[in-house]
Amino acid sequence: MVAESLAWAIFLMPLLSFLLISLVIRPFLNRIPQLSGYLLIAALVVALVLSVLVLVRSNEGADLAFPAHTWLDLGDAAIQIGLLLDPVTCIMVVVVTGVSLLVQIYSLGYMKDDPGISRYFAYMSLFTASMLGLVLSANIVQLYAFWELVGLSSYLLIGFWHDRPSAAAAAKKAFIITRIGDVGFLLAIIYLFYHGPQFAAQGLNPLHIPDIWQAAQPLATGGAVLGGTALTLVCLGIFAGAAGKSGQFPLHSWLPDAMEGPTPVSALIHAATMVAAGVFLVARFFPLFQEARDAMMVVALVGGFTAFAAATLGLVMDDIKRVMAYSTISQLGYMMAALGLGAFGPALFHLFTHAFFKALLFLGAGSVNHAAGTFNMRYMGGLRRQMPWTYALLLVGGLSLVGIVPLAGFWSKDEIITAAWLGEGPVDPRVALAVFVLLVAAALLTAFYTFRMIFLTFHGDFRGGGARELQDAEAEGIPAPTAVTDEVHLAESPRVMVAPMLVLAIAAALAGYLANPQWVKELLGIPGHWFSYYVESALTYGHAETAPFNWPVAVISTVVALAGIGLAWLVYAQRRPSADTGEVLETARSPETDETQGSADETAHGHEHAALAPLRSEPLAKAGPVHTLLYRKYFIDELYEGLVVKHVFYRYFAGLTDWLDRNLVDGIVDLSAWLTRQIGRLVAQLQTGQVQFYGAVIVMGAVLILVGYLAFGAGIGE
Amino acid sequence: MLGAQDIVFWVLAVVSIVAALGVVVVKDLFRSALLLAVVFIAVAGFFVLLSAEFLAVVQVLIYVGAISVLFIFAIMLTRNVREGNLPNRLQIPAISVSALLLVGMIVAAVNTDWRPIPEAATDLVESAQTQAVSGVAEAGNDGGSTGIAELLIGEFVLPFEAVSLLLLAALIGGLALARSRGT
Amino acid sequence: MSLESMLIVAAILFAIGLYGALARSNVIAVLMSIEIMFNAVNLTVVAFARYVAPLALREEIGSVLTGQVFAIFVITVAAAEIALGLGIVFAMYRNTESVTLTEASQLRH
Repeated sequence: MVAESLAWAIFLMPLLSFLLISLVIRPFLNRIPQLSGYLLIAALVVALVLSVLVLVRSNEGADLAFPAHTWLDLGDAAIQIGLLLDPVTCIMVVVVTGVSLLVQIYSLGYMKDDPGISRYFAYMSLFTASMLGLVLSANIVQLYAFWELVGLSSYLLIGFWHDRPSAAAAAKKAFIITRIGDVGFLLAIIYLFYHGPQFAAQGLNPLHIPDIWQAAQPLATGGAVLGGTALTLVCLGIFAGAAGKSGQFPLHSWLPDAMEGPTPVSALIHAATMVAAGVFLVARFFPLFQEARDAMMVVALVGGFTAFAAATLGLVMDDIKRVMAYSTISQLGYMMAALGLGAFGPALFHLFTHAFFKALLFLGAGSVNHAAGTFNMRYMGGLRRQMPWTYALLLVGGLSLVGIVPLAGFWSKDEIITAAWLGEGPVDPRVALAVFVLLVAAALLTAFYTFRMIFLTFHGDFRGGGARELQDAEAEGIPAPTAVTDEVHLAESPRVMVAPMLVLAIAAALAGYLANPQWVKELLGIPGHWFSYYVESALTYGHAETAPFNWPVAVISTVVALAGIGLAWLVYAQRRPSADTGEVLETARSPETDETQGSADETAHGHEHAALAPLRSEPLAKAGPVHTLLYRKYFIDELYEGLVVKHVFYRYFAGLTDWLDRNLVDGIVDLSAWLTRQIGRLVAQLQTGQVQFYGAVIVMGAVLILVGYLAFGAGIGE
Repeated sequence: MLGAQDIVFWVLAVVSIVAALGVVVVKDLFRSALLLAVVFIAVAGFFVLLSAEFLAVVQVLIYVGAISVLFIFAIMLTRNVREGNLPNRLQIPAISVSALLLVGMIVAAVNTDWRPIPEAATDLVESAQTQAVSGVAEAGNDGGSTGIAELLIGEFVLPFEAVSLLLLAALIGGLALARSRGT
Repeated sequence: MSLESMLIVAAILFAIGLYGALARSNVIAVLMSIEIMFNAVNLTVVAFARYVAPLALREEIGSVLTGQVFAIFVITVAAAEIALGLGIVFAMYRNTESVTLTEASQLRH
């Protein structure tokens, strides 16, 4: 039996760290900024140990249901603070604390020279605490509170370098766009609260999550407390919130911009954990979705479409982090599609493996940035010679993402594609087939953009890094890109950064097969299909079963993945002299001395034209309008900002509120000021300075009281 | 039947009211002060009528003996005797407010059932009040009545001390105010 | 002679004092009027002590003299008030060579 306080401690450790850092270390001990990092890491170690303990106990079937503590009793509904330690939560706390711990260790190196390091770790503590609170919540209002806290910490961390206008804008964008989705979630909560009496009639609390599950189930008398259109609407509201957080189309556009934050933040928040909160939310309310087929179909289609569309955008980005951002959106699309198809276990399994390999890829990108001084892949190249460890680890992460046997990504992605292939879920088989096609196409694109990234970054010759990019920007007269420095030092990153990546790489390679062994009855004490069975045991209502391993699907997805890698190799890695205007992808191999920093710069100068070459000859640019369409992200930003924001909001909505403010609100304010002044003038006349006048007024008051008392009051003695 | 007490009462009532009116309307301030002393003496007479002889003595000593004299000093010192006691511009409001209040008070006094003490207890109360200073030990079967002195340092010791403090403060305040600025 | 007649006399004295306090321009006259009001109040208190209050009070504090004690306190406070009032009059006279209350309106605004 795990004591309740121990489970709470998982959440309280990072919270305590947040309070200590922001109230003690930042104000008083800011001279030793690394201290806050160590504090958070210590807190997370404790939290991780506790999380694993909880997971083990939960797996043994221990009773982890604790009664919730009522915070606010609202009649039919009660806002409670409670723990919901079902298998989904147990997996999530381990993933969150584990990935967060590794990312914090990495941050010690990555953020070493940043003056705001204490603030950074304070935000990180707040984020980790909020995320843990989110997954542990047993009450939907409690969950919503943490949901918004997670959004807040995301905002703070994206805008961490708030002196950069682009970072500030990205933070605002993230906050506002996710807020649009959150409105749906909030409406769903309000709907549940509003229908409290119907819940109460069945002895249910409309805000308690297991009670909400139960409410969606058919009653013996027919119908359900929460059913029909109402259920569909509630599900769609929850999905809107999830889509905002998880960057599903059409609310995805904030996630690539969120890469303005420090890279470890991108790894932890915008790849591994927070964006997975949307998937978690849909999984949390999966028993509701199962009863609402229309909502399921929407989830499946939006997920499938997002998986494909985001992958196409990943093809053409120059910024290594943006490639990964679109990759993240795409993979989240896979998870959503899986949930929509009723594949509960595969979705969470993919969430689990994705957390590891995507965090690894982001940390690798940060490591590359540390060396090259830029995130722009056009100015990288050839880094595998200087950064062998980063190269190897990124290769593992990339292969895992692409889904190559036997790395983790293969197993989880394969389960999702199998579910779409079989189409046995609650969704129409035609929808399932459409989703299957989208997901397979996305798998091809995933393989292509992943290896495009690896080839551009690590193969070929070095193309100058941040120093070169700044020069080019100056030469073309455009403002210097942000987040680019001219400090290029081509060398492997320090051990404190490589070690967490190594751990993540091991997880990204092995977690898939170890957590969910196929084909065998038992592997190293882990029973076959452990993860699926374990996670699916969370469904106290409804039912989901992971399909067994499917050979045709595995072959299809492997072939597709290899085809994508092959294409990428043909386009980007094959050494070939360029046919047109002397542009070459791979210039003559630089002398060995390139490996030292000074001569690397020198070489970059020497081979100016050669180094510039890839900038002008993106092979995909030959696709013309299609490339432009993709490069401009389907013009969605233009649509949102140009049309929706500028015209609808600025002109009409803002115009209306502006008019109202000028005339109505200001009018009322001015009127009240004018009235006050006039009354003041009037009353000032009374202040004569004549004591006797005051006395007469006082006596007049006494007379009035006396008259009132005699006329209406009870006489003395009566 | 008009008893001796009633005759005395009416005489005192007429004297006090006429004198009080004189205080507020007579133009010569010095005469006002003298009439004020008459009011004080008449009130002392009322106290005797109400069998509060001790208070009557206190009234004569403090009001007539001290306060009236103090007023006369003030009038002489501020050389206002000739300038006189002029009315200000608030005649009509002052009269109406006072008259309204008077009517209200009289209505209240007449209309209220005061539930006076029964006739039988009158003797006891009168004897207790008459012997206010010493107190009555053996007044019938209703028990005795403590004297004023014991009350002041017993039941009412806290207000008594507070008033002492107030007097001290007034003493110091009077000194501070009356002292000329230079010295 | 009865409680009511005593109260009415006291009320008349009080009203006269009030009129004087409100309608005289000389500070000393105002103070004298206030003394009349004090006396009227004392008269009321003692009249109540004589006619109404004592029996109930005796149950509690063992005396019928509460009203007289009250009156003594009022006299004391009145004495203190006069001492300070006349002190203020002197200060005012020293500063402005006048004891006219209508001219003393410096506290305005």
